[in-house]
Amino acid sequence: MKDVGIVSYGAHIPRLRIKSSDIANAWGKNPETITSSLGVIEKSVPSPDQDVATISVEAARAALARCNIDPQDIGAVYVGSESHPYAVKPTGTIVGEAISATPILKVADYEFACKAGTAAIQTCMALVKSEMVDYGIAIGADTSQAAPGDALEYAASAGGAAFIIGREKIIANINETCSFTTDTPDFWRREGRKYPAHGGRFTGAPAYFRHVISNAQNLMGSANSKPEDYNYAVFHQPNGKFPLRVAKMLGFTPDQVKQGLLCPIIGNTYSGSTMLGLASVLDIAEPGNRIFVASYGSGAGSDAFDITVTEFIKEFPHEKAPLVSELIEKKQYVDYSTYAKYRDLLYED
Amino acid sequence: MMRDVAIIGIGVTKFGELWDKSFRNLMAEAGSKALFDSGISGSELDALYVGSMSTGRFIGQEHIGALVADWSGFAHMHIPAIRVESACASGGLAVRQGYFSVASGMNDVVVVGGVEKMTDVVGDEATDTLATGLDQEWEAFFGATFPGIYAMIATRHMYDYGTTREQLAKVAVKNHANGALNPYAQFKRAIPLEKVLNSPMTAYPLTMLDCSPVSDGAAAVVLCAADKAKNYTDKPVKIIGTGQASDTLALHGRREICTFDSTVYAGKKAYEQAKLQPKDIDVAEVHDCFTIAEILAIEDLGFVKKGEGGKAIDEKITTLDGKTPVNTSGGLKAKGHPVGATGVAQIAEIVMQLRGDAGERQVKDAKIGLTHNVGAVGASCVVHILEAI
Amino acid sequence: MADGAVPRFWREIPQRYNLIGNQCGSCSKIYFPPRESCPYCRRKSMGKMKVLKLKGQGEVLTYSIIYNAPEHFERQTPYPIAIIKLDEGPKVTAQIVDCKLDDVKIGMRVQSTFRKIHEDGYIGAIYYGYKFKPIEVK
Repeated sequence: MKDVGIVSYGAHIPRLRIKSSDIANAWGKNPETITSSLGVIEKSVPSPDQDVATISVEAARAALARCNIDPQDIGAVYVGSESHPYAVKPTGTIVGEAISATPILKVADYEFACKAGTAAIQTCMALVKSEMVDYGIAIGADTSQAAPGDALEYAASAGGAAFIIGREKIIANINETCSFTTDTPDFWRREGRKYPAHGGRFTGAPAYFRHVISNAQNLMGSANSKPEDYNYAVFHQPNGKFPLRVAKMLGFTPDQVKQGLLCPIIGNTYSGSTMLGLASVLDIAEPGNRIFVASYGSGAGSDAFDITVTEFIKEFPHEKAPLVSELIEKKQYVDYSTYAKYRDLLYED
Repeated sequence: MMRDVAIIGIGVTKFGELWDKSFRNLMAEAGSKALFDSGISGSELDALYVGSMSTGRFIGQEHIGALVADWSGFAHMHIPAIRVESACASGGLAVRQGYFSVASGMNDVVVVGGVEKMTDVVGDEATDTLATGLDQEWEAFFGATFPGIYAMIATRHMYDYGTTREQLAKVAVKNHANGALNPYAQFKRAIPLEKVLNSPMTAYPLTMLDCSPVSDGAAAVVLCAADKAKNYTDKPVKIIGTGQASDTLALHGRREICTFDSTVYAGKKAYEQAKLQPKDIDVAEVHDCFTIAEILAIEDLGFVKKGEGGKAIDEKITTLDGKTPVNTSGGLKAKGHPVGATGVAQIAEIVMQLRGDAGERQVKDAKIGLTHNVGAVGASCVVHILEAI
Repeated sequence: MADGAVPRFWREIPQRYNLIGNQCGSCSKIYFPPRESCPYCRRKSMGKMKVLKLKGQGEVLTYSIIYNAPEHFERQTPYPIAIIKLDEGPKVTAQIVDCKLDDVKIGMRVQSTFRKIHEDGYIGAIYYGYKFKPIEVK
């Protein structure tokens, strides 16, 4: 079998931020308690002119800026999100057109709560490996919704990353991938509704932890690897606490998790979460580094990846697009009332 | 060879929010006033021209030529009736078309009207309709508004020439002072400088009081072959120059941001035909839809050098007793701006000045007057020069 | 802009998404949006207008801050609008984003970015296109 892996990648995070303490104050909660219990200090906020299509386009253009691929050689675009701008009408067509990859192009939008982006990576891997396409772009992006006053409001944020999957000049080889899926309704949003609902503490043990841990163990089983074999570990991060706890349960150290852990400073970017974590790791990774990745999507499932960074990362022109750390640093705060206006909270569901 | 054309009658309605007047009422009122003023019986009329910008959006009515002929009482005469559109320059352009028809010898007597009924729509509809004079695909689509485009000219004028917000505001102050003397004006009151500067920002650097209002109103003039004018009136006023020019629809397409080449070219044609220079103009009505527009107009018409429009306001060159009084009627700013009516109302004001009928706002010894009517942000412009016979 | 006027938006997608202009094959002058023929070369340019993608970098020539906007732009107010001279020559009118209102200045270098321009209410189509953001000086 031919190698398949990441040829290029790009990220995008909106510039606006709101502090968890500002949200807490708006609802009369204790800011310190909220911030420390969730492990989220601030989160990114999309401006009124940003949505999953614009974030996806910016991330995909960043990925293309870092490689010499003719957009016409891209055979597939899959966009994973739970906040696609249209319920019916693909985001992927907008992305395909905006990166000049149309019209000979396979496109579909994915939805699997927070793991739709990693599912898109798996689809692109299969298409590339089977030589149905030369390159596929997998995107995970969200401008996630949270009802005003809901606990989700402290973390639900916006951002995304795009990965170009191919067979040549791979900067990071994907050695192995596997998934673990059951029907577990821990979090959902009904058709036509503006905000999601969730099962509270049910989202923990039977949902996030069971699926991530089972899948991680399966992956390490088939890859015949152990936590200490990895330089970095990236987990889905619905808050600042879960990824650290799941890492500990699996035997990873906080040091392995640190570089890919962004939720405390940008919030939960949902379909962008694991993807941005991986992008952040690739921003600094060196040849030979091994990366463990496990996403989680409510409903529920996990996709895991065993990745090895190659020599090509040395010549990879990171500087042709912003690093994740640069996107995080570039910020402007908004207050809760501006946030409410921008996120359209003043209209009833 | 073209023959000379004279204005033998004028009529204007009050401008403002005229809730009890319809489009038809307004046009008929201005038209009958003009016919009465001209001394013609009505049966001499050869044709009717009417300038109106956007009746389709403002009152849901097109086919305006026929409508105006009908409600002015000429349907049974079956005279040709022509509607002319060039955004906010529709009125001035209608006068020019009427002028051509008489100058060519095809017609002897025509009536030219201008009208807009802007308050029969609610919310943003009036301003959105005005914005249809912009490039809808490449300006308005991206969030540019009508005041916003003029504001961009103001920003650049301030940057290039040191023009100040105070100078912009002084244009409004001057025109409100003139409007206070005009019984037909929408705003018959003077306003202090601070009020203009402190009114809410519409599009930086323009405040609400830098902008002309939404208005209803109509105006009409009767044109006649000059050699027949004395048959009807003792005080005919001759059109001695007319010029029209166009430019790119979008401001960004232009050679220069702070010059309306359409004004420069239309002015040049009119001055050439009249064999006159800017310094010969005794009184002018220019298109001050925004305060910056008057500054641009007095520069582009050659009353002052490019870049000195702001200084000219400080030096009171354009006040009622200044060297070249501008917008004695109150201008679009204070008299009101029912868009289609504006170009015709400008002609009516200059005729009043040249006849010596302008009352409290009369410019002493005015013999030569100029009108300047702009379509949207200068993509079209019409200039006329008038002289008392 | 009439509600539901989708074809009118759709046919401009290449220009709005990717700044596709064209160039006169006779005098080399560059146009955005693309023109049927070159206004200067006219007949000589017929059939010789070549498609050209603009890079999307340029300089602010002038600007305004819009406080009163049409309904479908209201949620974005106040927002800066500017005339930008692109490096290839053509000038465009567009919003400036990703900076504070006070940071917008004549002469500032900007680059294009992909944004939602406006939407046709809650049920109509969403229109995307170019806006510009400051070029970071590293």
